[in-house]
Amino acid sequence: MRFEFTVALRFLREGRFQSLLIIFGVAAGVAVVTYISALVEGLQGNTIQKTLGNQAHVVVKPREEVARPSLSATDARIARDVQPRAQRLRSIDNWSGLLPLLERTPNVVAASPMATGAALALRGEASKSIALVGVELERYDRIVDLSGKAVKGVPRLVAGEAMIGTELARDFGVDVGDRFSVQTAVGATEVFKIAALVDLGNRELNRRQVYVGLRSAQSLLNVPGGATNIDLKVAELFEAENTAALLRRQVDMEVESWMQTNAQLLSALNAQTISTLLIRVFTSIVVVLGIASVLVVSVVQKRKEIGILRAMGATRRQMTQVFLAQGAIVGLIGSVAGTMLANLLLWLFSTFVKGSDGQPLFVISLSFNLAAGVALGATLCGILAAVLPALRAARLDPAQAIRI
Amino acid sequence: MPAIIELQGIRKSYGIGTSVETEVLHGIDLTLQPGEFAALIGPSGSGKSTLLNIIGLLEPMTAGDYRLGGISVKGLADDDITARRGDMLGFVFQFHHLVPAFTALENVVMPHLIRDGKVSDAALREGRALLAKVGLADALHKKPAELSGGMQQRVAIARALARGSALVLADEPTGNLDTKSADDVFVLLREFNRERGTTFLIVTHDPRLAARCDRIIELVDGQIAADRPVAAQE
Repeated sequence: MRFEFTVALRFLREGRFQSLLIIFGVAAGVAVVTYISALVEGLQGNTIQKTLGNQAHVVVKPREEVARPSLSATDARIARDVQPRAQRLRSIDNWSGLLPLLERTPNVVAASPMATGAALALRGEASKSIALVGVELERYDRIVDLSGKAVKGVPRLVAGEAMIGTELARDFGVDVGDRFSVQTAVGATEVFKIAALVDLGNRELNRRQVYVGLRSAQSLLNVPGGATNIDLKVAELFEAENTAALLRRQVDMEVESWMQTNAQLLSALNAQTISTLLIRVFTSIVVVLGIASVLVVSVVQKRKEIGILRAMGATRRQMTQVFLAQGAIVGLIGSVAGTMLANLLLWLFSTFVKGSDGQPLFVISLSFNLAAGVALGATLCGILAAVLPALRAARLDPAQAIRI
Repeated sequence: MPAIIELQGIRKSYGIGTSVETEVLHGIDLTLQPGEFAALIGPSGSGKSTLLNIIGLLEPMTAGDYRLGGISVKGLADDDITARRGDMLGFVFQFHHLVPAFTALENVVMPHLIRDGKVSDAALREGRALLAKVGLADALHKKPAELSGGMQQRVAIARALARGSALVLADEPTGNLDTKSADDVFVLLREFNRERGTTFLIVTHDPRLAARCDRIIELVDGQIAADRPVAAQE
């Protein structure tokens, strides 16, 4: 291949201006594709992280209770009106037996039972409506890293201790070590000492969430020994719905994946992914056409040289490869330049586009895989673009080429 | 030793299958023995260049048989023809036809690069020696554009001989050179013929030049009109 690359490089160096033009073209294309891809990748990663940071990937709950009318609906003479039943808080039947089955399901990496329901938090004259969440902290941490979100105090949930959202703490004027009481609709009350304050990254959640031990929640919510739902974490995020579907067939439970509960988010993400793909495809087409048109001209300009090289013993295949090599070289150099340009753009973006808090909107970085993928793609585009000119170069009869 | 080329009934037509089909060579028989120094003359349009291209395996013949170095090239695949061309033949064209992107020395060793993918030290030494022989020892690393027409033609001669070609085909090698340069070039060809035993077939318009060859083949209207040895001179 030395001959092919030597000649290809010389031809490119000889047509300096043309070569620079196509390399700039490739670089611009590569920069656009890389920048957009990195941006969307970062944006999506950030959105997913924000959404799923406080959410289980899959939630298993008892089926909703349905009314069972004693009169058949098929009897046309009967006018009837069936009211849906009000849903009371119920425990999953035999949840502790279910847990190992869930944990063994493919793609599931962690499961955490919880007892959760509405309650009132009381301190002095103040009362706030809260979401009472009873969990085993160790298990729950594997679903949502609650301990990691503690901003003050020691994250733990021993009997009589609670972790509460930062906003709630502010509303109550309490801090770590202070006490408050929780009262539920069934009339149970318990006093908790605040072990830690957590920041869940969302003001609404920070105002409502009160985490206590599973046992305390069970007795407060009157589901003794029960779990109102089981949270699951999966390994493959976008397989969550398939995993949920699998579980639905296996257990007689309500199984919800994050992809169902966040259907709008998911379609937005899909729309982004498709737009990115379109941008990539069309940019690639433009780059390929650009390289191809310059190389076609170059084949015409180099007819005589092609003829001489053929006369000296170069085969048709060697001449084809000379032009394919030119495409590859242009693609490679262009993608290196383009990646540097994309890095500059990304740096500009994260330096000058800031959120209201003065922090970059989200973290974007150019992953090695993305850069390598785009570089490979550009090189392939270069080779692809060179195919037609290369075949034209090879088709030339040496005598024909020399005569001109 | 077999004849270096042996042509039998070579015909060449252009535009086959169209209304303008024309036959430019009407059955050429020609044999060249190793070491010959022959001129191919004839008026414009007589088919000299076409015949030279066919002998040089640069374009295919329409009919007839052609044995190069004793082996028939009829029906050979393009790659085999290319290999044979590279191994046995050297070319010197009227418009010198060097590759402009490469220096004089690189042009001379190009046949090695094409065949082997690299240029050995031995090939480089030979290339330098050839360029020195044609009087261009100082111009090894100059690009063709920096050389005069006569110098470029001498580079082309060095290149034609680089791989020890058995037969060098020259198409009007002195055609656009001044008298002095033309004479230098011709003398060089003659020297290589004498020293290396390389066979030469030279297409020329110039009767003075033809007269200094060993044999003159005259082509008229696609047929050999005369083929005679030149009386010994000098």
